[in-house]
Amino acid sequence: MHNHLLISDNDPQNELSTLNLGPTHPATHGVFQNVLQLDGERIVSGVSTIGYIHRAFEKIAEHRPFYQITPLTDRLNYCSSPINNMGWHMTVEKMLKIEMPKRVDYMRVIVMELARIADHIVCNGVLGVDTGAFTGFLYMMQWREHIYEIYEEICGSRLTTNIGRIGGFERNFNHIAFDKIRVLLDKFPAVLKEFEALFNRNRIFVDRTKDVAPVTAETALSYSWSGPILRATGVDYDVRAQEPYSSYQDFDFEVPVGTNGDVYNRFLVRNEEMWQSLRMIEQAMDKISKEDPTIFHAPVPEFYLPPKEEVYNNMEALIYHFKIVMGEIDTPKTEVYHSVEGANGELGFYLVNDGGRSPYRLHFRRPSFINYQMYAPMSRGMVLSDAIINMSSLNVIAGELDA
Amino acid sequence: MGKISNEELLQTLVAKFGDKISQLGDPYGLLTIETTRESIISILSFLKVEQNFIHLTDITAIHYPELEKPFGVIYHVHNLAGGIRIRIKVFLTADDVHIPTASEIWEGANWMERETYDFFGIIFDGHPDLRRILNVDDMTAFPMRKEYPLEDPNRIDKKDYFFGR
Repeated sequence: MHNHLLISDNDPQNELSTLNLGPTHPATHGVFQNVLQLDGERIVSGVSTIGYIHRAFEKIAEHRPFYQITPLTDRLNYCSSPINNMGWHMTVEKMLKIEMPKRVDYMRVIVMELARIADHIVCNGVLGVDTGAFTGFLYMMQWREHIYEIYEEICGSRLTTNIGRIGGFERNFNHIAFDKIRVLLDKFPAVLKEFEALFNRNRIFVDRTKDVAPVTAETALSYSWSGPILRATGVDYDVRAQEPYSSYQDFDFEVPVGTNGDVYNRFLVRNEEMWQSLRMIEQAMDKISKEDPTIFHAPVPEFYLPPKEEVYNNMEALIYHFKIVMGEIDTPKTEVYHSVEGANGELGFYLVNDGGRSPYRLHFRRPSFINYQMYAPMSRGMVLSDAIINMSSLNVIAGELDA
Repeated sequence: MGKISNEELLQTLVAKFGDKISQLGDPYGLLTIETTRESIISILSFLKVEQNFIHLTDITAIHYPELEKPFGVIYHVHNLAGGIRIRIKVFLTADDVHIPTASEIWEGANWMERETYDFFGIIFDGHPDLRRILNVDDMTAFPMRKEYPLEDPNRIDKKDYFFGR
């Protein structure tokens, strides 16, 4: 089936060896195959094969009503599904021109920033593991677990969250969720500080990551990179700052940038982003306390599923319930592009609607897919162990890569 | 550098390319223009080199089987400093789905075009490595075309006779 093994034409003496890195190699943290041509430990050339877990989400989305597409977005970047969920809700709300109450926006900011922290915990923790330091990973994992518990309070599930609905949230945050967020704000900074102390000036870690796989801003932009790895090259492009959605314009935060785009810079940028996320969650908690605590969705009964007891007791609610579930709501014939700052970069939704019950066409701009293109070309000349670290720091998530 | 408005950008493009482009409106503030495959590359490189649209956000396609030119290739390009995006569409006839590649302007176009080829069968002329990317190499169909069914059309166990599927 795969007959692209390139290789022999630049190796007449047959001195190079071929290595199948993946698709199930434990060091690659996911389903990635790279066929590498090695000269000793040094990579001469490589070819990436992707698509092992392609699930045809774009095709499936053309056959589903809008609210049933949220679970598909969960399964793109499953390390930070809430960001994908929110991005999809906001795309549909943008299309339907629904104005969100401020409290819902702040709730969304909290959920998205929690997800960003959870994602960066995994990425930076795993980078530590790949350089031989397991401690930091396990220490931080505790707090990802805590964030998952917060998700659980908000929506009932942990990994593939399906948080929120088109038009708001399915239920209000309960007091346990708020308590747990406060615990995170109280206790996590000390842990993150200690994590940084473990790595930032650690001789072994710095030797392994500094000047490994440096990328210039021009190259990164030419490869359409976005997210932390683009910012590590020195380009300050962050969708949250550039095209604020969900009231990010109300928040005070900084966009950290690196200098030479190497693995160490990416690590530092992600750490700093966690600090900024904590800042934003703190501000959002502040702002939320000044809003009406009963609001958790927009007043749009024609798009937002009514609660069950109303469906059974109220004529309008029953009609709306029926229309929404059967996909009979009126939607405009139009097209919309909306993007959010995912944990890996610009996560875009290009939705073409013909007024039917499901999208005419839905395209996901998946940052992992676009960022990963450079992996094989940039591995040339690297030693194999550096290529592994490089892959960890790109934080490519197989679900997002393959859609 | 301040923000550029859609009108300014459209005027610049019309002044440069005249009737090679036509405006399709600006749904939700995103300027959308249509052009032909003959001028797409010159427009894209003009946008990148002279108008600072350095970030290629996305390339994808769409299929309208009932239209005379059923295949649309859609580019989203972003001027990061000016804070403006533009959407460019090129429509192609079914018997001639060729369009020049943008991978010489942006390296990143390479995989986006492979994905578009994989799912819609659009052939990007001059592409260095136009192979399937997510589907298996020996697949013969282009699955995002509208005539390709999501599931086996003969199965009846999931039919919903009241509301259709």
